[in-house]
Amino acid sequence: MQALIKISQQFVALFVDDGRLAASILIWIALCALLVRLVPAGMWQGPVLFIGLALILIASALQGAQRRSR
Amino acid sequence: MLDWMHTGPSILAAFLASLVEFVEALTVVLAVGVVRGWQPALIGTALAILALLALVVVFGPALQAIPLDLVQLFVGTLLLLFGMRWLRKAVLRSAGIIPLHDEDAVFASETRALGQLGPAALSGWDATAITAAFKIVMLEGIEVVFIVLAIGATSGSVLPPAFGAAVALLVVILLGIVLHRPLALIPENALKFAVGVLLCGFGTFWAGEGIGITWPGEDWSILALIAGFLIAAGLAVSICGARRVHASVIK
Repeated sequence: MQALIKISQQFVALFVDDGRLAASILIWIALCALLVRLVPAGMWQGPVLFIGLALILIASALQGAQRRSR
Repeated sequence: MLDWMHTGPSILAAFLASLVEFVEALTVVLAVGVVRGWQPALIGTALAILALLALVVVFGPALQAIPLDLVQLFVGTLLLLFGMRWLRKAVLRSAGIIPLHDEDAVFASETRALGQLGPAALSGWDATAITAAFKIVMLEGIEVVFIVLAIGATSGSVLPPAFGAAVALLVVILLGIVLHRPLALIPENALKFAVGVLLCGFGTFWAGEGIGITWPGEDWSILALIAGFLIAAGLAVSICGARRVHASVIK
Protein backbone atom coordinates (compact mmCIF):
# COMPACT_ATOMS: atom_id res chain seq x y z
CA MET A 1 0.00 0.00 0.00
CA GLN A 2 2.82 2.35 0.95
CA ALA A 3 4.47 1.58 -2.40
CA LEU A 4 1.26 2.62 -4.20
CA ILE A 5 1.05 5.87 -2.20
CA LYS A 6 4.70 6.58 -3.02
CA ILE A 7 4.01 5.91 -6.71
CA SER A 8 1.00 8.29 -6.76
CA GLN A 9 3.03 11.00 -5.00
CA GLN A 10 5.81 10.47 -7.52
CA PHE A 11 3.29 10.81 -10.36
CA VAL A 12 2.20 14.27 -9.15
CA ALA A 13 5.86 15.20 -8.62
CA LEU A 14 6.47 14.41 -12.31
CA PHE A 15 4.76 17.67 -13.18
CA VAL A 16 5.05 19.81 -10.08
CA ASP A 17 8.45 20.03 -8.44
CA ASP A 18 8.86 23.76 -8.04
CA GLY A 19 5.37 25.21 -7.46
CA ARG A 20 6.33 28.64 -8.77
CA LEU A 21 7.63 27.21 -12.06
CA ALA A 22 4.46 25.15 -12.58
CA ALA A 23 2.20 28.10 -11.73
CA SER A 24 4.10 30.43 -14.08
CA ILE A 25 3.75 27.98 -16.98
CA LEU A 26 0.02 27.54 -16.39
CA ILE A 27 -0.60 31.30 -16.02
CA TRP A 28 1.39 32.06 -19.20
CA ILE A 29 -0.56 29.47 -21.23
CA ALA A 30 -3.84 30.89 -19.87
CA LEU A 31 -2.78 34.46 -20.75
CA CYS A 32 -1.79 33.40 -24.26
CA ALA A 33 -5.14 31.59 -24.68
CA LEU A 34 -6.89 34.83 -23.70
CA LEU A 35 -4.73 36.89 -26.10
CA VAL A 36 -5.45 34.50 -28.97
CA ARG A 37 -9.19 35.08 -28.43
CA LEU A 38 -8.98 38.85 -27.99
CA VAL A 39 -6.44 39.87 -30.63
CA PRO A 40 -6.83 39.02 -34.35
CA ALA A 41 -4.82 35.99 -35.51
CA GLY A 42 -1.29 36.61 -36.69
CA MET A 43 2.13 35.05 -36.89
CA TRP A 44 3.10 36.65 -33.55
CA GLN A 45 1.09 34.22 -31.39
CA GLY A 46 3.46 31.23 -31.47
CA PRO A 47 6.65 33.25 -30.91
CA VAL A 48 5.01 35.10 -27.99
CA LEU A 49 4.07 31.80 -26.30
CA PHE A 50 7.62 30.51 -26.80
CA ILE A 51 9.41 33.68 -25.62
CA GLY A 52 7.35 33.74 -22.41
CA LEU A 53 8.13 30.10 -21.67
CA ALA A 54 11.85 30.55 -22.43
CA LEU A 55 11.98 33.52 -20.05
CA ILE A 56 10.15 31.51 -17.37
CA LEU A 57 12.76 28.74 -17.73
CA ILE A 58 15.71 31.14 -17.44
CA ALA A 59 14.16 33.00 -14.48
CA SER A 60 13.32 29.76 -12.67
CA ALA A 61 16.83 28.33 -13.16
CA LEU A 62 18.35 31.58 -11.95
CA GLN A 63 16.09 31.57 -8.89
CA GLY A 64 17.09 27.95 -8.18
CA ALA A 65 20.77 28.88 -8.47
CA GLN A 66 20.35 31.84 -6.10
CA ARG A 67 18.43 29.74 -3.57
CA ARG A 68 21.15 27.07 -3.52
CA SER A 69 24.11 29.45 -3.37
CA ARG A 70 22.73 31.23 -0.27
CA MET B 1 5.04 5.96 -45.77
CA LEU B 2 6.42 7.24 -42.48
CA ASP B 3 6.17 10.95 -41.73
CA TRP B 4 9.67 11.43 -40.35
CA MET B 5 8.88 15.02 -39.38
CA HIS B 6 6.66 13.57 -36.64
CA THR B 7 8.00 10.09 -36.06
CA GLY B 8 11.71 10.98 -35.95
CA PRO B 9 11.55 13.40 -32.99
CA SER B 10 8.87 11.21 -31.31
CA ILE B 11 11.07 8.12 -31.42
CA LEU B 12 14.16 10.09 -30.37
CA ALA B 13 12.43 11.79 -27.41
CA ALA B 14 10.93 8.52 -26.17
CA PHE B 15 14.21 6.64 -26.67
CA LEU B 16 16.37 9.17 -24.79
CA ALA B 17 13.89 9.69 -21.95
CA SER B 18 13.39 5.95 -21.54
CA LEU B 19 17.14 5.31 -21.61
CA VAL B 20 17.64 7.66 -18.64
CA GLU B 21 14.77 6.15 -16.66
CA PHE B 22 15.72 2.53 -17.37
CA VAL B 23 19.36 3.18 -16.42
CA GLU B 24 18.15 4.51 -13.03
CA ALA B 25 15.84 1.51 -12.55
CA LEU B 26 18.59 -0.94 -13.55
CA THR B 27 20.86 0.37 -10.78
CA VAL B 28 18.34 -0.57 -8.06
CA VAL B 29 17.29 -3.84 -9.72
CA LEU B 30 20.98 -4.83 -9.87
CA ALA B 31 21.38 -3.96 -6.18
CA VAL B 32 18.31 -6.11 -5.34
CA GLY B 33 19.67 -8.96 -7.45
CA VAL B 34 23.14 -8.85 -5.94
CA VAL B 35 21.99 -8.58 -2.30
CA ARG B 36 18.71 -10.53 -2.19
CA GLY B 37 18.89 -12.82 -5.25
CA TRP B 38 17.98 -12.57 -8.92
CA GLN B 39 14.66 -14.41 -8.78
CA PRO B 40 12.80 -11.82 -6.62
CA ALA B 41 14.51 -8.97 -8.52
CA LEU B 42 13.21 -10.33 -11.82
CA ILE B 43 9.75 -11.13 -10.40
CA GLY B 44 9.38 -7.54 -9.12
CA THR B 45 10.60 -6.13 -12.43
CA ALA B 46 8.26 -8.33 -14.47
CA LEU B 47 5.25 -7.42 -12.28
CA ALA B 48 6.01 -3.70 -12.70
CA ILE B 49 6.43 -4.03 -16.49
CA LEU B 50 3.04 -5.79 -16.64
CA ALA B 51 1.41 -3.00 -14.60
CA LEU B 52 2.99 -0.37 -16.86
CA LEU B 53 1.80 -2.16 -20.01
CA ALA B 54 -1.70 -2.26 -18.49
CA LEU B 55 -1.54 1.54 -18.04
CA VAL B 56 -0.62 1.96 -21.74
CA VAL B 57 -3.42 -0.39 -22.83
CA VAL B 58 -6.03 1.41 -20.65
CA PHE B 59 -5.04 5.05 -21.14
CA GLY B 60 -3.70 4.90 -24.74
CA PRO B 61 -7.05 4.33 -26.49
CA ALA B 62 -8.88 6.50 -23.90
CA LEU B 63 -6.73 9.53 -24.76
CA GLN B 64 -7.27 9.00 -28.49
CA ALA B 65 -11.05 9.08 -27.96
CA ILE B 66 -10.95 12.68 -26.59
CA PRO B 67 -11.24 15.56 -29.16
CA LEU B 68 -7.80 16.40 -30.55
CA ASP B 69 -7.65 20.09 -29.52
CA LEU B 70 -8.49 19.17 -25.90
CA VAL B 71 -5.87 16.42 -25.86
CA GLN B 72 -3.32 18.79 -27.41
CA LEU B 73 -3.94 21.43 -24.74
CA PHE B 74 -4.02 18.96 -21.83
CA VAL B 75 -1.10 16.79 -22.92
CA GLY B 76 0.90 19.75 -24.27
CA THR B 77 0.59 21.50 -20.91
CA LEU B 78 1.59 18.35 -19.01
CA LEU B 79 4.56 17.84 -21.34
CA LEU B 80 5.61 21.43 -20.70
CA LEU B 81 5.35 21.01 -16.92
CA PHE B 82 7.30 17.77 -17.15
CA GLY B 83 9.88 18.98 -19.70
CA MET B 84 10.55 22.33 -18.00
CA ARG B 85 11.10 20.54 -14.67
CA TRP B 86 13.64 18.21 -16.30
CA LEU B 87 15.31 21.01 -18.23
CA ARG B 88 15.57 23.28 -15.17
CA LYS B 89 17.24 20.50 -13.17
CA ALA B 90 19.58 19.65 -16.08
CA VAL B 91 20.50 23.35 -16.37
CA LEU B 92 21.31 23.56 -12.64
CA ARG B 93 23.40 20.36 -12.88
CA SER B 94 25.25 21.56 -15.99
CA ALA B 95 26.02 24.85 -14.25
CA GLY B 96 27.42 22.97 -11.24
CA ILE B 97 24.73 24.26 -8.88
CA ILE B 98 23.46 20.80 -7.93
CA PRO B 99 25.54 17.59 -8.06
CA LEU B 100 25.31 15.17 -10.97
CA HIS B 101 23.38 11.91 -10.51
CA ASP B 102 25.91 9.21 -9.58
CA GLU B 103 24.72 5.67 -10.39
CA ASP B 104 27.67 4.08 -8.54
CA ALA B 105 26.79 6.00 -5.36
CA VAL B 106 23.10 5.05 -5.71
CA PHE B 107 24.10 1.39 -6.20
CA ALA B 108 26.32 1.46 -3.09
CA SER B 109 23.65 3.05 -0.89
CA GLU B 110 20.87 0.72 -2.19
CA THR B 111 23.10 -2.32 -1.62
CA ARG B 112 23.81 -1.14 1.93
CA ALA B 113 20.13 -0.45 2.67
CA LEU B 114 18.95 -3.79 1.24
CA GLY B 115 21.62 -5.66 3.19
CA GLN B 116 20.33 -4.18 6.46
CA LEU B 117 16.77 -5.42 5.88
CA GLY B 118 17.34 -8.89 7.31
CA PRO B 119 18.11 -12.20 5.62
CA ALA B 120 16.79 -12.93 2.13
CA ALA B 121 14.11 -15.61 1.84
CA LEU B 122 15.32 -19.00 0.61
CA SER B 123 12.41 -19.39 -1.81
CA GLY B 124 11.74 -16.98 -4.72
CA TRP B 125 9.03 -15.07 -2.79
CA ASP B 126 11.18 -12.49 -0.95
CA ALA B 127 8.55 -9.79 -0.45
CA THR B 128 11.12 -7.10 0.49
CA ALA B 129 13.17 -7.70 -2.64
CA ILE B 130 10.16 -8.01 -4.94
CA THR B 131 8.68 -4.77 -3.56
CA ALA B 132 11.99 -2.92 -3.97
CA ALA B 133 12.36 -4.01 -7.61
CA PHE B 134 8.66 -3.42 -8.34
CA LYS B 135 8.71 0.07 -6.80
CA ILE B 136 11.74 1.35 -8.70
CA VAL B 137 10.63 -0.04 -12.07
CA MET B 138 7.14 1.44 -11.49
CA LEU B 139 8.50 4.82 -10.39
CA GLU B 140 10.87 5.18 -13.32
CA GLY B 141 8.60 3.40 -15.78
CA ILE B 142 5.63 5.65 -15.10
CA GLU B 143 7.59 8.56 -16.56
CA VAL B 144 8.25 6.47 -19.68
CA VAL B 145 4.55 5.58 -19.91
CA PHE B 146 3.58 9.25 -19.63
CA ILE B 147 6.00 10.29 -22.38
CA VAL B 148 4.92 7.47 -24.70
CA LEU B 149 1.20 8.19 -24.13
CA ALA B 150 1.60 11.97 -24.38
CA ILE B 151 3.63 11.90 -27.58
CA GLY B 152 1.44 9.14 -28.99
CA ALA B 153 -1.85 10.92 -28.22
CA THR B 154 -0.85 14.17 -29.90
CA SER B 155 1.00 12.77 -32.88
CA GLY B 156 -1.74 10.30 -33.78
CA SER B 157 0.02 7.01 -33.03
CA VAL B 158 1.49 5.51 -29.90
CA LEU B 159 3.66 3.14 -31.96
CA PRO B 160 6.69 5.39 -32.76
CA PRO B 161 7.26 6.50 -29.13
CA ALA B 162 6.53 2.96 -27.88
CA PHE B 163 9.15 1.69 -30.35
CA GLY B 164 11.68 4.24 -29.05
CA ALA B 165 10.99 3.17 -25.45
CA ALA B 166 11.20 -0.54 -26.31
CA VAL B 167 14.59 -0.06 -28.01
CA ALA B 168 15.86 1.82 -24.93
CA LEU B 169 14.64 -1.00 -22.66
CA LEU B 170 16.42 -3.56 -24.83
CA VAL B 171 19.67 -1.54 -24.85
CA VAL B 172 19.64 -1.17 -21.05
CA ILE B 173 18.80 -4.87 -20.46
CA LEU B 174 21.60 -5.95 -22.81
CA LEU B 175 24.10 -3.57 -21.20
CA GLY B 176 22.99 -4.74 -17.75
CA ILE B 177 23.49 -8.41 -18.67
CA VAL B 178 26.88 -7.75 -20.31
CA LEU B 179 28.34 -5.32 -17.76
CA HIS B 180 26.58 -6.60 -14.63
CA ARG B 181 27.07 -3.25 -12.91
CA PRO B 182 25.42 0.20 -12.86
CA LEU B 183 25.66 2.13 -16.12
CA ALA B 184 27.57 5.02 -14.58
CA LEU B 185 29.21 5.95 -17.88
CA ILE B 186 25.91 6.94 -19.52
CA PRO B 187 25.92 10.76 -19.62
CA GLU B 188 22.61 11.05 -17.79
CA ASN B 189 22.56 14.81 -17.44
CA ALA B 190 23.32 15.40 -21.12
CA LEU B 191 20.48 13.00 -21.97
CA LYS B 192 18.11 14.73 -19.54
CA PHE B 193 19.08 18.08 -21.03
CA ALA B 194 18.32 16.82 -24.55
CA VAL B 195 15.03 15.21 -23.50
CA GLY B 196 13.97 18.35 -21.62
CA VAL B 197 14.61 20.46 -24.73
CA LEU B 198 12.66 18.03 -26.97
CA LEU B 199 9.70 17.77 -24.56
CA CYS B 200 9.53 21.56 -24.13
CA GLY B 201 9.50 21.91 -27.93
CA PHE B 202 6.70 19.36 -28.33
CA GLY B 203 4.77 20.68 -25.33
CA THR B 204 4.87 24.30 -26.52
CA PHE B 205 3.74 23.30 -30.01
CA TRP B 206 0.81 21.19 -28.82
CA ALA B 207 -0.30 23.48 -26.01
CA GLY B 208 -0.20 26.30 -28.60
CA GLU B 209 -2.31 24.28 -31.07
CA GLY B 210 -4.71 23.49 -28.22
CA ILE B 211 -5.35 27.18 -27.47
CA GLY B 212 -5.84 27.96 -31.16
CA ILE B 213 -2.41 29.25 -32.22
CA THR B 214 -1.53 28.87 -35.90
CA TRP B 215 2.19 28.16 -36.07
CA PRO B 216 4.26 29.68 -38.88
CA GLY B 217 5.56 26.79 -41.03
CA GLU B 218 3.10 24.47 -39.20
CA ASP B 219 4.88 21.26 -38.04
CA TRP B 220 8.29 22.68 -38.95
CA SER B 221 7.83 25.01 -35.99
CA ILE B 222 8.60 22.06 -33.72
CA LEU B 223 12.21 22.10 -34.93
CA ALA B 224 12.42 25.87 -34.44
CA LEU B 225 10.98 25.51 -30.92
CA ILE B 226 13.48 22.76 -30.06
CA ALA B 227 16.32 25.00 -31.30
CA GLY B 228 14.87 27.92 -29.33
CA PHE B 229 14.71 25.95 -26.07
CA LEU B 230 18.24 24.68 -26.65
CA ILE B 231 19.47 28.27 -26.93
CA ALA B 232 17.43 29.40 -23.89
CA ALA B 233 18.70 26.49 -21.77
CA GLY B 234 22.29 27.13 -22.90
CA LEU B 235 21.87 30.77 -21.92
CA ALA B 236 20.48 29.72 -18.53
CA VAL B 237 23.51 27.45 -17.94
CA SER B 238 25.90 30.34 -18.73
CA ILE B 239 24.08 32.79 -16.47
CA CYS B 240 23.76 30.30 -13.57
CA GLY B 241 27.40 29.21 -13.97
CA ALA B 242 28.58 32.84 -13.90
CA ARG B 243 26.47 33.46 -10.76
CA ARG B 244 28.00 30.42 -9.05
CA VAL B 245 31.53 31.61 -9.81
CA HIS B 246 30.64 35.13 -8.66
CA ALA B 247 29.10 33.81 -5.41
CA SER B 248 32.15 31.61 -4.66
CA VAL B 249 34.52 34.58 -5.27
CA ILE B 250 32.52 36.74 -2.81
CA LYS B 251 32.57 33.95 -0.16
